[in-house]
Amino acid sequence: MATVDLKNIRKIYPGGFEAVKKVNLAIRDGALCVLVGPSGCGKSTLLRMIAGLESITEGEIAIDGRMVNELGPAERDIAMVFQNYALYPHMSVYDNMAYGLRNRRMPKPEIDKRVREVAATLELDHLLTRRPRELSGGQRQRVAMGRAIVRNPKLFLFDEPLSNLDAKLRGQMRVEIKNLQRSLGVTSVYVTHDQLEAMTLADVLVVMNAGNVEQIGAPLDIYEKPATLFVASFIGAPPMNLLPLRHGEGRAALADGTEIGGSGLSLSGEATTLGIRPENLFLVTNNDEIGGNAIFEIVIRAIEPVGAESFIYGDVGKTRLVVRVAGKTAMEPGAKIHVGAKVADLHVFDDAGIRI
Amino acid sequence: MTPRAIFPNKFLPYLLLAPQLAITAIFFYWPASQALYQSMLREDPFGLSTQFVGLANFRHVLNDPNYLHSFQVTIVFSVATALLAMVPALFLAVMADKVVRGRGIYRTLLIWPYAIAPAIAGMLWLFLFNPSIGSIAVMLRSLGVYWDPLLNGPQAVILVVAAAAWKQISYNFLFFVAGLQAIPKSLVEAAAIDGAGETKRFWTIIFPLLAPTTFFLLVINTVYAFFDTFGIIHAVTGGGPGKATETLVYKVYNDGFVNLLLGESAAQSVILMVIVVALTAVQFRYVERRVHYG
Amino acid sequence: MIDNRPSRRIIAHATLLVGVFIVAFPIYYTFVASTHSLQTILRPPLPLIPGDRFLENYATALFGGIGQIGGVSVGRLLWNSTVVAVLIAVGKILISIISAYAVVFFRFPLRMTFFWLIFITLMLPVEVRILPTYKVMVDFGLIDTYAGLTLPLMASATATLLFRQFFMTIPGELLEAARVDGAGPWRFFWDILLPLSKTNIAALFVIQFIYGWTQYLWPLLVTNRNDMGTIVIALRKMISFADADTQWHLVMVTCILAILPPILVVVFMQRWFVRGLVETEK
Repeated sequence: MATVDLKNIRKIYPGGFEAVKKVNLAIRDGALCVLVGPSGCGKSTLLRMIAGLESITEGEIAIDGRMVNELGPAERDIAMVFQNYALYPHMSVYDNMAYGLRNRRMPKPEIDKRVREVAATLELDHLLTRRPRELSGGQRQRVAMGRAIVRNPKLFLFDEPLSNLDAKLRGQMRVEIKNLQRSLGVTSVYVTHDQLEAMTLADVLVVMNAGNVEQIGAPLDIYEKPATLFVASFIGAPPMNLLPLRHGEGRAALADGTEIGGSGLSLSGEATTLGIRPENLFLVTNNDEIGGNAIFEIVIRAIEPVGAESFIYGDVGKTRLVVRVAGKTAMEPGAKIHVGAKVADLHVFDDAGIRI
Repeated sequence: MTPRAIFPNKFLPYLLLAPQLAITAIFFYWPASQALYQSMLREDPFGLSTQFVGLANFRHVLNDPNYLHSFQVTIVFSVATALLAMVPALFLAVMADKVVRGRGIYRTLLIWPYAIAPAIAGMLWLFLFNPSIGSIAVMLRSLGVYWDPLLNGPQAVILVVAAAAWKQISYNFLFFVAGLQAIPKSLVEAAAIDGAGETKRFWTIIFPLLAPTTFFLLVINTVYAFFDTFGIIHAVTGGGPGKATETLVYKVYNDGFVNLLLGESAAQSVILMVIVVALTAVQFRYVERRVHYG
Repeated sequence: MIDNRPSRRIIAHATLLVGVFIVAFPIYYTFVASTHSLQTILRPPLPLIPGDRFLENYATALFGGIGQIGGVSVGRLLWNSTVVAVLIAVGKILISIISAYAVVFFRFPLRMTFFWLIFITLMLPVEVRILPTYKVMVDFGLIDTYAGLTLPLMASATATLLFRQFFMTIPGELLEAARVDGAGPWRFFWDILLPLSKTNIAALFVIQFIYGWTQYLWPLLVTNRNDMGTIVIALRKMISFADADTQWHLVMVTCILAILPPILVVVFMQRWFVRGLVETEK
């Protein structure tokens, strides 16, 4: 049980590359905090700094109120689940789980009790004598979790723990991790590049890009009110439609001159990009729906039916747009249609990519 | 992106490296530098006075007909040994690759000589071929061949080369087998479907793909013929008859320890080092290439 | 198998058998000689089948009472060779595994300089620097000692390179997991690295044991006393073709005894040895 506080954290590698730029973050006790971002955004570096595996160039890291900058990973009372699990290949499952406890000179009966308890919760009891290479991917993942849990640390760190599993197993493990974390109540930091994983797991979501924190918040808040263009494009699948706007006064229009129909849309002069999520767009069939909406005329280029929903790809002016509609659709490529979005569902960003 | 995971200790790594560095310094760098230093000195036979003579020793050595002869002997000896050790090994490896059953047994039976000291290999062959009690020598003589490697220079070379190559066949065999196994079977099958016969398949597919192994073994066998065969020569011919089997390494030994020409022996050592460094460089480039092309 | 005609296979087997014959014959014939009497050997050609003096000859060579070679028993020589081969193998493995550990798992000033200093020794055998190295031995008083016989031969980069290569394939996460689990550098070395290196160590042991056993020039120089010689050197001293008194039957027995231990090591540890050999030289 612990809080984690990062103050002005920077990481500059010997080569001069700045992987993390002045990151501030406070994680409350018991929360599952997910760091998400594209590869190279600094999320793993940040996690490894919290773990003590990477030195801190500048700033302070405190776990449970205690500054840990100078402490080694073993002294921070953390446990970590690695991307490739990092199970010791020559040790049995039991020994893998017991290794950290033995290094802490815990009495043997106590180790045995703990390992067996944790193995039982994770349904690993029948695998204790196996070697890692004799396990399936999902089982290895569980052992890696077990090795972390058995230590009963203040803080769990997860470094893309599900990225080596197939899609189906990943979904299952995601739920399992979430439930485990809830029931154990241990503060956790979880790194992933998968926005879906991030959305479903996080109590607190931290979106990172190029060494900076772009936004911190509850997953749905971030989804509904992305603070920056980057967050808008990164969170959500398929990604948000981003339409460049024409500069200057007058009626709202796209950069290529295409007018935006409907009413109720007034844009400030600073607005340069308009964002609309595919699921916020709807087909406009009669004039009643124009009020309070923005309307676009699009030419359908392709349709992807995926069963429960269909994605319509079309061009508005010169910009590609994706529309999500429920069920199937009888429309054909080449047809012209009108789609609309509630003004309240529109996201507007300025020149610097900041939400207005 | 992230550098390799490491331990943060600052002092410990030096401690870990210390033994190897100490041994390398005392038994490698110090003697090597001494050789370099001595190669520029001339010492009178009683060791009473030394004088700095610059490159005179090198000049002397490189103009010495005996040294040039020894150079020639070494080259003939190396080329002959490498060929004689590699060609049969490749042939046997190709045959072993065809055999389904008993491959392991053949390997076991073929790797013995690797474990035998070159000097003993020489003695085994000498036992067969020496003119007084060698069974094969006796047979040769009864066939009318005048055979006496202890008096006839070329025959001495033949005997030493045969013993040296014999010992090295197993080593080459192992590498060729490994090299052959690394060639994808599908390539050979594709060639067969394309109508290439067995011999053609070997020369157009297998042999070119085996080139890295062959090249590697060529370097290794050359180095082997240069150095490791000292034992064979010392045990079998003592460099003779005349100087027919006096290789460069043997001459370094002979001039340094028997004739006590310290400066010249040192100069010869330095020349040898240069040759080896050149071979290492060749080898290293090859290793690098191999990294690049898998 | 593309070509499965029986004739091809018969040719292949026949060729291999010829190869085996060439490779094995000198060894076999030596063994044959070691089972005949001196008189038989001195009247060539020697029969192709073993004689009836096996027990007698081997007993004389091993327990003959009077030392056979310059007053030193064969047992003592075998012991010397074993000590030298084991010391070289173990010493080399020990110093190389820790230096490779330092180079791969630590970052420190001059790391690559040290690595290159070691790497350069890769292909400079002791033969090219015998005279000055011999002088070092004299200065240190290491002539006729096991240390003198083994220490200079431990300075080789081969083993260090092999371990370095192997260590680089160990995922960094394993080290990080160990650190999180509270293991320091030594504990990681003992608990994780060493067990993972078992196969490599075994392979290297075989190769270096053979290397040590088959040394010739160096033991020749650095030993004066017969009782410090290795069996290979002693054997050389036993043989004189000019000398009518050479006890050929005993020489042959000693020959067999000198090649038997390394052959046994190679044949019985074949699996590791072959793998290690092909990997070391990559």
